[in-house]
Amino acid sequence: MAVIYAGLATSHVPAIGAAIDLGRTREPYWQPLFEGYEFTRRWIIEHPPDVILLVYNDHASAFSLELIPTFALGCAEEFLPADEGWGPRPVPPVHGDAEFAAHIAQSLILDEFDLTIVNRMAVDHGLTVPLSLVFGQPQEWPCRVIPLAVNVVQYPPPTGRRCFNLGQALRRAIVSYPKPLRVMVWGTGGMSHQLQGPRAGLINQPFDNHFLDTIGPDPESLARIAHIEYLREAGSEGIELVMWLIMRGALDAHVRTVHRFYHVPASNTAVGHLILENAGART
Amino acid sequence: MTAAHDYDDIPGTTVFDAERARVGYHLNMFCMSLMTPEHRAAFKADERAYLQRFPMTDAQRDAVIGRDWNHMIALGGNIYFLAKLFSTDGHSFQYAAAQMTGMSQEQYAQMMRSGGRTPDGNRFRSEWK
Repeated sequence: MAVIYAGLATSHVPAIGAAIDLGRTREPYWQPLFEGYEFTRRWIIEHPPDVILLVYNDHASAFSLELIPTFALGCAEEFLPADEGWGPRPVPPVHGDAEFAAHIAQSLILDEFDLTIVNRMAVDHGLTVPLSLVFGQPQEWPCRVIPLAVNVVQYPPPTGRRCFNLGQALRRAIVSYPKPLRVMVWGTGGMSHQLQGPRAGLINQPFDNHFLDTIGPDPESLARIAHIEYLREAGSEGIELVMWLIMRGALDAHVRTVHRFYHVPASNTAVGHLILENAGART
Repeated sequence: MTAAHDYDDIPGTTVFDAERARVGYHLNMFCMSLMTPEHRAAFKADERAYLQRFPMTDAQRDAVIGRDWNHMIALGGNIYFLAKLFSTDGHSFQYAAAQMTGMSQEQYAQMMRSGGRTPDGNRFRSEWK
């Protein structure tokens, strides 16, 4: 049977991807940020996944205003990097796991999560920047990746509670798959940031640190955060943090925080990063 | 008349809800068209002519020509769609954010390096008066 052994959370700021792609990671501005991922780059070699279920949001790349799925599961064999207005990032194609994704889609829908199935989808920085942060610049990504895209562009995104519950259903779907795969679930986006309007640049460090400290031991309390609180406290784009709750819902009730990192700023955004291991997992 | 929302009293913030998406549909779809090199070249060659391909309002077209980011947002633009436009111009999110806050890019970058804009005094419109 497939087993979930750990979750990972990280911000997915586009400027981080540009810094990697342009070879600027050792510059004074960026060096402290990338230092916060060095533990992770060693950890992932010692704890390699077969498949990552990667929760992220599309930023008007694959989905325009023509079609806005709240939850979309990537069921294809391959996902190409998107052209976000300056050409695609120079990163490898993302290889999916179509058979596993089909199983997950069927399980989730029968579990009453009516998600959208996507068989052709370009993947933007929301998905590829986390892969670059953790795996660097390989010729090929070292594992398969099943994208789960969440709408956070047109308000309202799904509630934190709905995301947490989806994570729990995702767990049931994954562990009922008969192949012996080692699976990680990643939640990306956040932390506090606002990209638009005269309030752009908002950062709420107490809010972010509380979120980082609480998502392991008490995710229920975070699942109760209302949208208005995210908007007011964490900025209009900070609401992406609901995606972390999908990751957390897929893990055990008890988890160990094996890595925690927080840094301000990356461009306009507060960067948060966690690795959570299932307490019962043999990693 | 649109319904009141609990987020209407957040200062300096336009929540891109279904009503904003309706008003800004063609403005945002114009921005989306800039995802291909061919369309970017056509837009750069003659901006006014290219904008005529989309059934936008004249006010939306003028805001695009003037690169008035806050006005584009007021007319239904969404930042992730507008990003296609400032990327076509060769600018970053930080450039656009600085423009929208009325700061120079260096002032804005310094604010971010200093920890960003604190939420204190920035939660309610009444605090901005």
